[in-house]
Amino acid sequence: MSQMDQAVGFHDVSRHYGQVKAVDRVSFTIAQGEFFAMLGPSGSGKTTCLRLIAGFEQPSAGDVFIQGKSVRGVPPYDRDVNTVFQDYALFPHMTVLQNVSYGLMIRKVPAAERKKQAEAMLEMVALPGYGERKPSQLSGGQRQRVALARALVNHPTVLLLDEPLGALDLKLREQMQVELKAIQRRVGVTFVYVTHDQGEALSMSDRVAVFNNGRIEQIASPKQLYEEPATPFVAGFVGISNLIDAQTAARITGQPGPCAIRPEKVHLGPQGAGVAPERICADGAVETVLYLGAATRYDIALHQGGRISALMQNRERHFDPQPGMTVTVSWDRQHVLRFG
Amino acid sequence: MLAVGKREGGNVPALALGDRPSRMTLSTYLYRRPRLVLVLLLLPPALWLGVIYLGSLGALLVQSLFHIDDFSGQLVTRPGIETLARLFSPTAREVISRTALAATIVTVLCALLGFPLAYYMARYAGHRMKAVCYIAVMLPLWSNYLVRVTAWRLILAKEGVASWFAAKTGLSGMLEFFLGLPGIGGPSLSSSALGTVITFVYIWLPYMILPIQAALERVPRSLVDASSDLGARPTATFWRVILPLAIPGIAAGSIFTFSLTLGDYIIPNLIGTSRPFIGQIVYQAQGTAGDIPFAAAFALVPIAIMAIYLMLVKRLGAFDAL
Amino acid sequence: MRSETAPWGLRIATVGAIAFLNLPILFIILYGFTTDEQSYAFPPPGLTTRWFAVTYARADFWAALSLSVQVAALAMVMALVMGSLAAAALYRFRFFGREALSLLILLPIALPGIVTGISLRSAFALGDIPFSFFTIVAGHATFCIVVVYNNVIARLRRSSPALIEASMDLGADIFQTLRHVVLPNIATALLAGGMLAFALSFDEIIVTTFTAGQQQTLPIWMLAELARPHQRPVTNIAAITVMAVTIVPILLAYYLTRDTQDAAGSGK
Repeated sequence: MSQMDQAVGFHDVSRHYGQVKAVDRVSFTIAQGEFFAMLGPSGSGKTTCLRLIAGFEQPSAGDVFIQGKSVRGVPPYDRDVNTVFQDYALFPHMTVLQNVSYGLMIRKVPAAERKKQAEAMLEMVALPGYGERKPSQLSGGQRQRVALARALVNHPTVLLLDEPLGALDLKLREQMQVELKAIQRRVGVTFVYVTHDQGEALSMSDRVAVFNNGRIEQIASPKQLYEEPATPFVAGFVGISNLIDAQTAARITGQPGPCAIRPEKVHLGPQGAGVAPERICADGAVETVLYLGAATRYDIALHQGGRISALMQNRERHFDPQPGMTVTVSWDRQHVLRFG
Repeated sequence: MLAVGKREGGNVPALALGDRPSRMTLSTYLYRRPRLVLVLLLLPPALWLGVIYLGSLGALLVQSLFHIDDFSGQLVTRPGIETLARLFSPTAREVISRTALAATIVTVLCALLGFPLAYYMARYAGHRMKAVCYIAVMLPLWSNYLVRVTAWRLILAKEGVASWFAAKTGLSGMLEFFLGLPGIGGPSLSSSALGTVITFVYIWLPYMILPIQAALERVPRSLVDASSDLGARPTATFWRVILPLAIPGIAAGSIFTFSLTLGDYIIPNLIGTSRPFIGQIVYQAQGTAGDIPFAAAFALVPIAIMAIYLMLVKRLGAFDAL
Repeated sequence: MRSETAPWGLRIATVGAIAFLNLPILFIILYGFTTDEQSYAFPPPGLTTRWFAVTYARADFWAALSLSVQVAALAMVMALVMGSLAAAALYRFRFFGREALSLLILLPIALPGIVTGISLRSAFALGDIPFSFFTIVAGHATFCIVVVYNNVIARLRRSSPALIEASMDLGADIFQTLRHVVLPNIATALLAGGMLAFALSFDEIIVTTFTAGQQQTLPIWMLAELARPHQRPVTNIAAITVMAVTIVPILLAYYLTRDTQDAAGSGK
């Protein structure tokens, strides 16, 4: 990737708070126009990385680049990036229109022009005619859209989104995911999206960086992340995985080293039912049965040690395991996830 | 949502991508030096409080080490403990313990009298009732202190409102009984220890009500519901949930009622017996007697008492409820 | 909103406390109209409005009132500056001595007024500083800082900390952020804190006694009046006048600081 194609670059960046390493020697680049997600549990360093790009934090070591230029010592107001905050941070004493045109006002855009642009932006986020309201008169979803409009009206090179959907209910969250993705395509701005929700990260992003303990475990496309997780942490955090420790793995598969298998890849059959030789199989007792609607989840205690979950689509019901029943689980060797 | 959308990014040429010049403005200079900003912010208040206020407290200590020469009546500025030693005379000890006792009684009475009102305001009053109560508490707090004290002088005077009321309701006998009690009674309410305490309670009561009310406001409604859900009767909920959570507020209020009683010299001067309080001793020493060292030494007493008191109530969470 | 009704005992106690707090104020007003100028006999033998004319005709009343207004105004300004600077520093930064400073701000009202008074008096004596308008203001400003500080820091704590970041993120530098975001958000807290500081200074007598010398603020003038055997209702008229004038800012301060949770920061 050439320097000008890079929207954001991290070169060996660390951020320490005393003894705590919030971000620990992280390097990555984000391409122009990319929808880039930073995924990880709370305290994993993803939000600190976002704040390093915005300029609210300065790296303890290493360098952050925006558009190929180091932004060391550049305050937030001199950076061509804008942020959608987790709690939206709408100015409570201003109307919606004043909020959206704030950045333009600071840059001394003439009043008539900034009103025009702010109104156009409100229209784009489907809030036409809401300009005269105060933020306190809006619902959570509407505030979120105002925050988005307020950032986008400045046409930043990079838009930073800090868990923007975290405060919304499930239905609205799903709807906003679709809309955000569509807006990103349309304006073509690089989106850096921080979330702890793997579903959000997978459904919207071009690439996802998975954070853990201040470091990046893996950067990959959503599909690659799910199909080929680089570490046990990624396998466990992105989607559900049966992590099989080294000893159990050796006993069942005959191969050393820990591995993982996705529950939906595990087949469940009556004990002793024929299993193709290329498949790995093991016997175990059903412990719990969780009916989930579209599918049913079975937790099985393997005779050879360890537990495994199997997810079966509720399509045909020849076989209906009950708790206590002994069953045979099997899976394709190809589906086994192995780590570097 | 995106039905209307022919607008594309980039129709603002002035703001087009990238390279805003990195300005080296005063703002940026300050932004890179947060410690400098902190110093600039702290300088005026820290200088004022640290130099003028703490310096004055230091001056107080210094003055208390001076003494007035018995024969010449001149101020002797050689440090010594002559003046401080006078704090341990029997008369001084009596003044100190009387004042501390009065402050304790006033504080307890303020808490007992103020709690129900604060509790009602926080838990039962609707918006309008709460505003009414709030004004009813604030009005006396912000009306003139001196005039409120004299109001009590005229209420408690021999021919004043209280005795008129007692006579009209046939309670004169009871009033006589209280005034006849040794220690708290006197020729009239306005010249009895009882009158002093009543006035103190009246004057400082709002300082107790407001922190309690604020502390009770912070008790989430769900906590009370949870308690009753877990089978506690209302009285049990009150004693085990509400009251413990109100303690920081009571403790915060008690700082004011206790401290203000400890140092006041106007109320015991205008209402009560001729036995002096700490404040009156300090006032007389610096004024009529011209003995600033003794006034300073005596002023150290409330400081010492308050230091102990503040340490005690800090444990009760008083500082978080101020 | 709250469907429960209070128990009878609680209601009686509440009404009792409110009556206890406010009946004396009625007597202050009543005795401003009495025809009896020497004793406190109740009920008053007759009613008159002549004391208003008597009070307002006295030049020393107006002089004291004017001095009190000037002292309170300057003390308020100083408290506003130092109180809001201290609030900003303590809200935004963690530093060594932070706890000590917040205690120091509180100390002038946690310690009895007489301590502040005699301390300043001792310092003035040691430093050979003559009593003046400014020695009075110095005493008042010291205990007024905390009122402004408390109001401002409470408002800052209720606002979303991201507001300042959001403003800078949108291109505003420190001074633009201060002007467009911080000041508008704490404006009512400043106003309320300033008015309370003014009222506190206006009514102060204990500290003032030790720092005033020959000057008479309104409370000191009233204390002197009380010692005189005649024209007693004059102090009541002065008090009624002050009450009538101060009640408005007090109520305003209440309405400005009430229910600010909604306005400050955006909730979820």
